[in-house]
Amino acid sequence: MNINLTLFGQTIAFIVFVWFCMKYVWPPIMNALNERKQKIADGLAAAERGVHEQELAQKRAAEQLAEAKQQAQEIIAQAQKRANEIVDEAKENARAEGERILNAARAEIDQAVNQAREQLRDEVVQLAVAGASRVLKREIDAKANADLLEDLVAQL
Amino acid sequence: MATETQTASGYIQHHLQNLTFGRLCEPAGECQWRFAHDAAEAKAMGFWAVHVDTLFWSVALGLLFLWLFRRAARNADAGIPSGWQNFVEWVVEFVDNSVKGSFTGRNPLIAPLALTIFVWILLMNTMDLVPVDWLPQLAALVGEHGLGMDPHHVYFKVVPTTDPNATFGMALAVFVLIIYYSIKIKGLGGFFGELAFQPFGKWGLPANLLLEGISLISKPVSLALRLFGNLYAGEMIFILIALLYSGGLFWGTFGGLLQLGWAIFHILIVVLQAFIFMTLTIVYLEMAHQEHH
Repeated sequence: MNINLTLFGQTIAFIVFVWFCMKYVWPPIMNALNERKQKIADGLAAAERGVHEQELAQKRAAEQLAEAKQQAQEIIAQAQKRANEIVDEAKENARAEGERILNAARAEIDQAVNQAREQLRDEVVQLAVAGASRVLKREIDAKANADLLEDLVAQL
Repeated sequence: MATETQTASGYIQHHLQNLTFGRLCEPAGECQWRFAHDAAEAKAMGFWAVHVDTLFWSVALGLLFLWLFRRAARNADAGIPSGWQNFVEWVVEFVDNSVKGSFTGRNPLIAPLALTIFVWILLMNTMDLVPVDWLPQLAALVGEHGLGMDPHHVYFKVVPTTDPNATFGMALAVFVLIIYYSIKIKGLGGFFGELAFQPFGKWGLPANLLLEGISLISKPVSLALRLFGNLYAGEMIFILIALLYSGGLFWGTFGGLLQLGWAIFHILIVVLQAFIFMTLTIVYLEMAHQEHH
């Protein structure tokens, strides 16, 4: 347990070790630790930002959904309105068409009645003439009696 | 192990003697460089001798520390650390936090200094947990068969911190740093003023010098002696326990249990003393950096 040169040997070894540690051991480890700290901090910040962005996106999505719903509602309402309009229009058209067809039919009927009446009248005239000629048993000058007959026809 | 030719006190003496290499002068006047054969010869060598075992183990353990930590430092990156890397980073952060906790200044030396002190002393202290006879016996065998020495002359202390030379050597370096930074930060006048004009003002200068001088000197002394004392006492107890092994089966078993118990308790001392040396170094250097005015 004598104090001797070992003292200085130890001191020198100590100084060399500390120097080496300070130069080659401490800085790389500390740098790595700090770098990792930075990386973790960045990662956490990014995560937070992501959460925030996701919240925003959700909000935006909800807004868009609500808007879309409203638009759909509007479109449906419009479509319903338009459908009603179309139905009304069709009804109106059908009614008009029906009336037109009815009128046409009526006109045709009238025409047919007139025609029939005309024909009937002609036949009646002929019958009357025939009847008269039989009654008279002689030939009636059609020409002579034409005025009479014309009167008769006009009366019918 | 104590052989029959050795007495108990001889065994203890043998264990407490360093392997000393130095210049030994015979009474006749002839001097030669060689290993000391016993404590008296080691003493006779005076200051110009080295404790080969102390230096060997402290340097070897210091290199082990640097190698292990340098390996981790070279692989260090910001990715996910694994295994050894993780452990080293844990130690480094622990030391860094200790330094940040007590050192307020800015000095890139302090943290690596603290790390070196902590791990190196921890490794040297840990040698205390190796059973006391293993390495000395191995050294005796190597000395006898490899170097042709008398095995009784091969002294081998494996715990460098039980050698006051080692602890004082480190404390000396710390002391130099204390003085260096005191003068660097406060100037020569400031440093002297701190010694001379506190705590009693300038009229109590002699008393101030005495008090402050003692408190300054006591820093390295307390550092060195605390570490040395704790580890020396621990080593001593291990040696005493080892004596029981020559006392037959009963005492041998008892000694085994005692050694186990003491070793487990000693783990605490091993770590604690390394930590205290580191913390006190930081605190002393912090004081050296601070202006008291």
